[in-house]
Amino acid sequence: MPRREDLKKILLIGSGPIVIGQACEFDYSGTQACKALREEGYEVVLVNSNPATIMTDPATADATYIEPLTWQVVEKVIAKERPDALLPTLGGQTALNIAMELDANGVLEKYGVEMIAANAKVIAKAEERDQFKEAMEKIGLDVCTGFTVNSLAEARAALAEVGLPAVVRPSFTMGGSGSAIAYNKDDFDALVQNGLDQSPVTEVLIEESIIGWKEYEMEVMRDRDDNVVVICSIENFDAMGVHTGDSITVAPAQTLTDKEYQRMRDASLAVIREIGVETGGSNIQFAIQPDTGRMIVIEMNPRVSRSSALASKATGFPIAKIAAKLAIGYRLWELPNDITQKTKACFEPTIDYVVTKIPRFAFEKFPEADATLTTQMKSVGETMAIGRTFQESFQKALRGLEVGAFGFGSDPKDKWGTDEQPDRDEIRAKLSTPGSERVFYIRYAMKSGMSVADIHALTHIDEWFLEHLMHLIELENEITELGSLDKIDTEKLRDLKRRGFSDRHIAAMTGTTELQVRSHRLSENIRPVFKSVDTCAAEFEAFTPYFYSTYESESEVPPKTDKKRIMILGGGPNRIGQGIEFDYCCCHASFALQELGIESIMVNSNPETVSTDYDTSDMLFFEPLTIEDVLNICDEIQPDGVIVQFGGQTPLNLARGLQQSGVPIIGTSVDTIDAAEDRELFQSLINELGLRQPPSGIARNMEEARVEAKRIGFPALVRPSFVLGGRAMEICYDRAQFERYVAEAFIVADGQPVLIDRFLEDATEVDVDAISDGTDCVIMGIMEHIEEAGVHSGDSACCIPPFSLPQPVLADIRDATRKLAARLNVIGLMNIQFAVKIEADGPQVYILEVNPRASRTVPFVAKATGVPVAGIATKVMAGKTLAELGITTEPIPRHVSIKESVFPFRKFAGVDIVLGPEMRSTGEVMGISQVFSMAFAKSQLAAGTVLPESGKIFLSLSARHKDDVVELGKSLNELGFELLATEGTAQRLSEAGIAVTQVKKIAEGHPNLIDYLKNDDVQLILNTPSGKGARTDEGKIRAAGVQHGVPCITTLAAADAAVRAMRAVREREMEVESLQQRYALSNQS
Amino acid sequence: MTDSNNHSRPAKLALADGTVYLGRSLGASGEVTGEVVFNTSMTGYQEILTDPSYCGQIVTMTYPEIGNYGVNSIDVERHGTALAGFVIRNESRIPSNYRSEASLSDYLREHNVLGLAGIDTRSLVRRIRSVGAMQGVISTEDLDDDSLVAKAKAAPSLVGRDLVQKVMPNQQEKWTTELDEWSATECARGAKIVSNADGIEDSDRPHVVCMDFGMKWNIPRHLRSRGNRVTIVPGNTSAEEILNLQPDGVFLSNGPGDPEPLAYAHQTIGELIGKVPVFGICLGHQLIALACGAKTFKLKFGHRGANQPVLNLATEKVEITTQNHGFAVDDQDLPDCLEVTHRHLNDNTIAGIRHRTADVFAVQYHPEAAAGPHDSHYLFEQFQRQLTAGASA
Repeated sequence: MPRREDLKKILLIGSGPIVIGQACEFDYSGTQACKALREEGYEVVLVNSNPATIMTDPATADATYIEPLTWQVVEKVIAKERPDALLPTLGGQTALNIAMELDANGVLEKYGVEMIAANAKVIAKAEERDQFKEAMEKIGLDVCTGFTVNSLAEARAALAEVGLPAVVRPSFTMGGSGSAIAYNKDDFDALVQNGLDQSPVTEVLIEESIIGWKEYEMEVMRDRDDNVVVICSIENFDAMGVHTGDSITVAPAQTLTDKEYQRMRDASLAVIREIGVETGGSNIQFAIQPDTGRMIVIEMNPRVSRSSALASKATGFPIAKIAAKLAIGYRLWELPNDITQKTKACFEPTIDYVVTKIPRFAFEKFPEADATLTTQMKSVGETMAIGRTFQESFQKALRGLEVGAFGFGSDPKDKWGTDEQPDRDEIRAKLSTPGSERVFYIRYAMKSGMSVADIHALTHIDEWFLEHLMHLIELENEITELGSLDKIDTEKLRDLKRRGFSDRHIAAMTGTTELQVRSHRLSENIRPVFKSVDTCAAEFEAFTPYFYSTYESESEVPPKTDKKRIMILGGGPNRIGQGIEFDYCCCHASFALQELGIESIMVNSNPETVSTDYDTSDMLFFEPLTIEDVLNICDEIQPDGVIVQFGGQTPLNLARGLQQSGVPIIGTSVDTIDAAEDRELFQSLINELGLRQPPSGIARNMEEARVEAKRIGFPALVRPSFVLGGRAMEICYDRAQFERYVAEAFIVADGQPVLIDRFLEDATEVDVDAISDGTDCVIMGIMEHIEEAGVHSGDSACCIPPFSLPQPVLADIRDATRKLAARLNVIGLMNIQFAVKIEADGPQVYILEVNPRASRTVPFVAKATGVPVAGIATKVMAGKTLAELGITTEPIPRHVSIKESVFPFRKFAGVDIVLGPEMRSTGEVMGISQVFSMAFAKSQLAAGTVLPESGKIFLSLSARHKDDVVELGKSLNELGFELLATEGTAQRLSEAGIAVTQVKKIAEGHPNLIDYLKNDDVQLILNTPSGKGARTDEGKIRAAGVQHGVPCITTLAAADAAVRAMRAVREREMEVESLQQRYALSNQS
Repeated sequence: MTDSNNHSRPAKLALADGTVYLGRSLGASGEVTGEVVFNTSMTGYQEILTDPSYCGQIVTMTYPEIGNYGVNSIDVERHGTALAGFVIRNESRIPSNYRSEASLSDYLREHNVLGLAGIDTRSLVRRIRSVGAMQGVISTEDLDDDSLVAKAKAAPSLVGRDLVQKVMPNQQEKWTTELDEWSATECARGAKIVSNADGIEDSDRPHVVCMDFGMKWNIPRHLRSRGNRVTIVPGNTSAEEILNLQPDGVFLSNGPGDPEPLAYAHQTIGELIGKVPVFGICLGHQLIALACGAKTFKLKFGHRGANQPVLNLATEKVEITTQNHGFAVDDQDLPDCLEVTHRHLNDNTIAGIRHRTADVFAVQYHPEAAAGPHDSHYLFEQFQRQLTAGASA
């Protein structure tokens, strides 16, 4: 069956902003799908609100709509584009839900759009618990005993059947959001209520607990002629009870006999057939009772998923690409296997290595959140590693996680043998309650002499895994005993390397340094080889250059040709502050190098990304980003240049070490990168250029900090140096706050100094991205922040072009940018953060920070302007001049683009959502329109902040903003909103003649705002904080707002913008337009 | 806890092309020669160890972690082991599975199988892939490279040898063992399963005679569980003796090595065709082809694994199959009486045939799986229809 000729134009929906449970993996799958469909000659229309994706590059689809992901907006796109079909299975849960809503609201029928791959009936059968359960019973498969309920009373009745502990799962949420285990009746009631609130259909599932069972996943594909294959099996290291996204997972399944595996395979085939997924990939999860082998089906996702991205990277089989081709009619056996070229896509990959994935968490950003791992996903990223054995892949994954561990122990953060060494009770507690650091407590348990059986009893982790870890500890003890590198014989050293011990780890055990171990093992000729990921365990020749390192005898990397080779270091696992934006830059660097005829070599350890698609670069090395691993690759491929500017902080942290080992870093020099980080150097440079900086200082201890504070004055901004994403960064308004926050900053700084700056109150923050080739510097985008300075730039909304800054200020900003670029001799990208403060003698421009590297805003700038910023920067780094590339003027679009941040607060109940200098957002969206107000309205809608059209607004401004309250109240009143306020604010409004209803403060009793929230009787909260923290009255109100899905705006600037937006949506229709059209219009000017 | 990797002695594998791998001994000690081949199944090492078709071969597992789930008394395809040697990257320190009864290395020692662990198995596989399957030697006694390579070169090839004699039974036997619960559950979805407990008399069951050339036990288990009376006869039994047993169908089993020298079987099968329904698997498939006048040839390195795609030409459906063969039926000079029903999707070789006029069909792969996927169980149903048609006639 060849491709369908009756379809011409296909609509694809992306997954929107990066949130917990939905990350880069859908950029990877969506991009693959777009490419695959266009390769077949279809016209592709794409809707996605996330500008930081490769998928929303104007070159990826024929018509790209960066618009809010709601069914109403997508309907506008459908009305405009009139696609023949909608492919809903490649954009995560978001796309699936929107497709379901479009269907339910009759949109698809109205415009004659066919849902391909999986129709609404199929999706409902897979996603609705009762239907799914019925389907499983029909094909003779066991499922968890459970009941779907729509109220607390029904839930209590269900509990009587399943007993405690019981699992509570809200329906139709992504990443298992809202799922948790109840151990007692009180918890149960709370979880059910929470789950009902979070479920878009007010429905939760109450299930028997299968905590401690072994957990497995199967990635299955089906074509429309009913050919079904299993692409990959995955076994979870963490037993049932921890969300699979939060579990360490291993591919392939390790502890199943063939009989058990085939039973699971049979079940997987039966499930995909019974559910009726017509074409494409599905993910099916199973639990197995370890002592009896009883197998139950947990759930199935009738779409590509995070696990399918992992399976694709783990096997080399491009699930999303093939899924797209199956959707338009091909059969599996009609499609080639890209890797072997000779064989077909209809087979089951077999692998000859072990893959380990380890999730990365960000609890340090949310100290008030519950850090226990449950059935609701909480991790923000993941790393994957490939090794020939479990031990090797596991230890590689731990160092790829970039949390300071360089293997299973003996790293600088290891607590064993230090004052902080945990005692037995603490170890037992940490083992029995899964948390983000449990794997390290397994180590402590083993070091303390606990047996594998005991650890298994506490963790339910299969003894197979634990035994291999115990072996690592035995080896560590043996080597530590030897105490010196010279005493380890060559065979032993080779054995250690084969088991994944890093040079750094061996150095720690032998009292040497990483580089000493490296040169010692090189002298013993112990060096890794690089093997291919080829889907077939070497049965056929592989044509895809996708490699991993291991200590074996034969390497498979092709020899260097006449072509230049340039290596790009990626960003590693996603974390808050370093995510998809940097992956976007790395991909563009690769594309640009290829355009120049240079071999592009990608190094990264993040399985979710487009950069780790084997199709992105000329060679892909799936490796941890550490000095050791990168140097090993350099030894093998001899790059002519290495790019460290694009992967965020990760590669920058390696730059100095790499350069010292003779690796050619291209672009801005390592010295310049350091100079920008060095406060004193930077300060003198600013003075030299005649620019301004807020008064600032450095303190190495509390005493110095006090001296500096006196000199600088309050309010002061305090932060540890060399830390990303504003970790432990705080604004102090007085001495008491200062004392507290500086003390905290010293702890986080971990030996490094603490930086103190004068905080510029009520200043406007501006971000600038520019490219310099050493001679010329061209500004790519000036972004004016909506929120005032003090909110981390990664968390604030910003706008291109600037919406309020006067021309002379912009001229000053441009001038300062060029001066800094020239003085620092920047080659490539540079980001500068400015603050503009209105002072007695007019607006003054201050420089807050200079980063001579790609910033998080690069993709946003590229989408706003249509200029491929990262690609241009790459070509400059490879030796081209801006003039040669024809880049001479700053692009200033005619439309307004606003970037808004998206936060994970709904995943962390009770956390205060006030924005501050510490970054906490996970993703971003973009709103584009001809006018600011509509662009802002779109950005809010896209971020999930639904601005109300009518109803009640709670207004509570801090003392500093009391003067603004009347004007704001008046505007809202004019828009027809009812106002609610507590005493002080209410009085002020009344005095000004504005109608307001006074509500009580929480401490004053009822009815207070929490009651209004619970009764769905308030639609928006405008609250500028005077205090911070979950314990304050305000904190409680804001957290309650989040839990009840009521938007909460916490800055005056955003409140003003929101008023303008609410006015705009009344005055005009929200229009949709493709990027391609917008750029064409901009170019006409 | 003993760590076999650390306490075992060095051992070597040498290939006829001069390549030598140094690893560690696993299982028994000594020296053994054989044809070095590889299997790409990630599970099922115990079934592979007990598969008689590996007679005369040194089997390399491409999946590096082996022994993870131990061994048990159920996942056995034949008593004892027939393969010459076993090569893996890493043996698990412990077996972890509720079905496990012993560790892999204990099992190898008990069955006197010479193993080698710790080598770069992927480079070995790439060697075999590019040069072709070749003779090799594993030794724990002789670690001299030149001497070992000489031994590998001197080792006899599989071509032209009758290895079936080493693994076939020496007398007729009645088979009553059913499928275990694992396979029975799956089969029950698509087909009628008859249990011994149902108490059906032998006289009321169709009668299948299996010519055993080194048959995997899961085949007669399937035949039994589908309600047949199953009689196993040695592979060199004559057609007359077989027909005297009054079978409703004859099954031709898998077995080791080259089908060409098994002239006795060609003759027997030639005499059976047309008189009784015949179903062949693997070697049985090749023997049917030879009996009909086709030719067989040796593949460069064969097909061994549980992920081999086969296209059913009639339905245009793909089955993922278990395969284990080094020889194949040649497309050239295929006699007119035979029709190709299945092809291997990877290299387009013949994977199934049927006779145009007689009730004869055969597949090159293993519908009984063990180890491997169950996609091809329908072939047993197909045979069953012929058997019952014959029995009721």
